[in-house]
Amino acid sequence: MRITKVAKAGTLESNDILIMVMSSKSDRVELELESIVLQQFGDVIERVILHKVQEMGVEGITIKAQDKGALDYTIGARVETAIKRAI
Amino acid sequence: MEKLRRSMLFMPGNNPSMLQDAAILGADSIILDLEDAVSLTEKDSARILVREALKTIDFSQVELVVRVNPMDTEFGPLDVDMIARVKPDTLLIPKANEEQIKIVDTMLDKIEAEEGYLAGSIKIIALIETALGLENVYNVIQASNRIVGVLLGGEDLTSDLGIERTKEGEEIFYARNKVATACRALKVDSIDTPFTDTNDFEGLAKDTAKAKSLGLTGKSAINPRQIEIIHSVFSPTEAELKHALKVLEVMQQAEKEGKGVCSLEGKMIDAPVINRARNTVALGRSLGLLER
Repeated sequence: MRITKVAKAGTLESNDILIMVMSSKSDRVELELESIVLQQFGDVIERVILHKVQEMGVEGITIKAQDKGALDYTIGARVETAIKRAI
Repeated sequence: MEKLRRSMLFMPGNNPSMLQDAAILGADSIILDLEDAVSLTEKDSARILVREALKTIDFSQVELVVRVNPMDTEFGPLDVDMIARVKPDTLLIPKANEEQIKIVDTMLDKIEAEEGYLAGSIKIIALIETALGLENVYNVIQASNRIVGVLLGGEDLTSDLGIERTKEGEEIFYARNKVATACRALKVDSIDTPFTDTNDFEGLAKDTAKAKSLGLTGKSAINPRQIEIIHSVFSPTEAELKHALKVLEVMQQAEKEGKGVCSLEGKMIDAPVINRARNTVALGRSLGLLER
């Protein structure tokens, strides 16, 4: 599945994450991640985002994520919402 | 004793911080709100966030209620379909009328069968907040066996009636009576409208006491700081518990002695007095105020 629009979900409030998705020219999944806990949890956040993208079967996507300390369930929910809005 | 619903705390459904804290704030029930607390452009986002929260966070210590959008909007059926699949304890149905309750009931029958959940295990609370719903509240409760309570929505109701909503609440006197009586008749809980001034605790205590005096069994809250006061009003006092125990003791003694009628402190003890005493003792036990 490929996305067709630019879309956002989430907020920059604490415990939330703002996700922006857009289509990428390549078939790859590209992720730009900023987080207040990047050092401690950067790899976990990245894994949660990529897992959700894979679960939804999306290819050719660029994701910009600004994390404010979101738990995994919030990260997954915001990624899912952004992708559904972008289809 | 059935599940206690002295306090039901509304929490906005699209706020991760509040969802994460909801279960530990001390309310008997929490209501994750997909309706008024969520803007039209965020309905999809809140629905998915609440679904993920239900799958992840341990809400087992409280009754987990989700307020969906009205069933006659595009959002309501989508909310029910997504949220019921992760099995909340209860759905709160706004602008409730018989037709909408029946639609939700049928949807839940199908979802429970598809997901392998026990039939009838997801309960419903009807939010009565229109003049039509209020006049028809008895039939609304009877529209589904899943209904465990009615929540009175004073703000929307007074708006529908075209009257002013005041702190004193005289304008909802009839509505409180009507809801409390219908609920008592059909043995479901009656939950009062929230007190919206979150800084006026004296006003909250008075408003809660008024609701209790009219027969309502609990009160909704919009701020965690309101919970303690609501609980203190809806919990029996030590004197009430002592009196109730004494009534039951006198009644048992009279039964032993084969007396049909008995009295305590000069007042006759009859069936309504005994019933009230039993309810008080049961509530006291479930709150841990008495030994089981």
